[in-house]
Amino acid sequence: MLKSVYNWIDERLDITPMWRDVADHEVPEHVNPAHHFSAFVYCFGGLTFFITVMQILSGMFLTMYYVPDIINAYKSVDYLQHKVAFGVIVRGMHHWGASLVIVMMFLHTLRVFFTGSYKAPREMNWVVGMLIFFVMLGLGFTGYLLPWDNKAYFATQVGIKIAASAPFVGEYVKTFLQGGEIVGAQTLTRFFALHVFFLPAGLLGLLGAHFYMIRKQGISGPL
Amino acid sequence: MTENHNHENHSSEKPLGKREMSRRQFLSYTLGGTGGFLAAGLTIPMIRFAIDPVLQPKQEADWVKVVEEAKITDEPKSFKFQVHQVDGWYESDPELEAWISKDAGGKIFALNPTCKHLGCTVNWNGSAKFKDEYYCPCHEAHYTKDGKSLAVAPLPLDEYKVKIENGFVYLGQLGPNTRVK
Repeated sequence: MLKSVYNWIDERLDITPMWRDVADHEVPEHVNPAHHFSAFVYCFGGLTFFITVMQILSGMFLTMYYVPDIINAYKSVDYLQHKVAFGVIVRGMHHWGASLVIVMMFLHTLRVFFTGSYKAPREMNWVVGMLIFFVMLGLGFTGYLLPWDNKAYFATQVGIKIAASAPFVGEYVKTFLQGGEIVGAQTLTRFFALHVFFLPAGLLGLLGAHFYMIRKQGISGPL
Repeated sequence: MTENHNHENHSSEKPLGKREMSRRQFLSYTLGGTGGFLAAGLTIPMIRFAIDPVLQPKQEADWVKVVEEAKITDEPKSFKFQVHQVDGWYESDPELEAWISKDAGGKIFALNPTCKHLGCTVNWNGSAKFKDEYYCPCHEAHYTKDGKSLAVAPLPLDEYKVKIENGFVYLGQLGPNTRVK
């Protein structure tokens, strides 16, 4: 049944070469854990991506209940976590996944560093990877404020003060992030917009570039 | 799997019989099964989370004390009452309106003044043209005292459940009109 549906579409659109091009590629022996178990370190990048997909999905579902408003943000989080079925699991995925994605990304960075995979001709991919790292940190920072509890509020207060201590641009960055004189209503909507629209859009673009370069340049050789 | 096969046939060259599985098939089933299990484990909580409102049981409205029984006459009168409304994380006490009157048999009934045409608010004797009828100013829909639609609107006015206790009129769940069609 599925096969005949697939064939019907394939006959008309010739989709096989499209996914073959994406999915069918050789994995060299030195990165295959089935050959050398220690090659599992090469999985960290893929795992980071997997968790990122989970973050995007769980985040999309969370916005079905969440409101970025100082009166209702905490109440809506409380409601979705305690009153909605599986709310504790969906929010839990997003909460723990956020930490896990940073950990995985860091391990991936270490692997790239210690295998020397950043060297020519892959320097640009290292730079894109670093940009992804900073976007991820930005996602972590902006997402932390959204539940609008005490921890969120004071973490943001501190974070913005750190940003404000930067020479010359500090005050401007602070005002940009706060959106006003205090960490308050305008900060919350602003962080929400950054967290769900701007930063994910940047992240997807950078991930596309990251993967395109891997495919173009191939996986780096054995040590 | 392979052991049985060899035991019976003493040859692995023989083409696979109808009920046997190739290595490729076995692997794709196992990997597909495991992958499907993982994907389901991740997506089912999210889908259940999203459709939660659909699966909530419908709740019957609480009884609200509205007015003394003695104040109800044959002529419909409008009474305002507050209901407690829980909307997710937002709780409020919106004010609702009911037109309460006694029918010929002395039975008390309460109608909701939302016009069944497009939802404007009707009034008893709202127009001199339609004496002793509910009248909607938007498109001249009008209704009898029982809420029966006489023009424009496709259905009679909705009716509240009524309960009399200790001389007071209590209103409950709003539903379709039970008095007339």
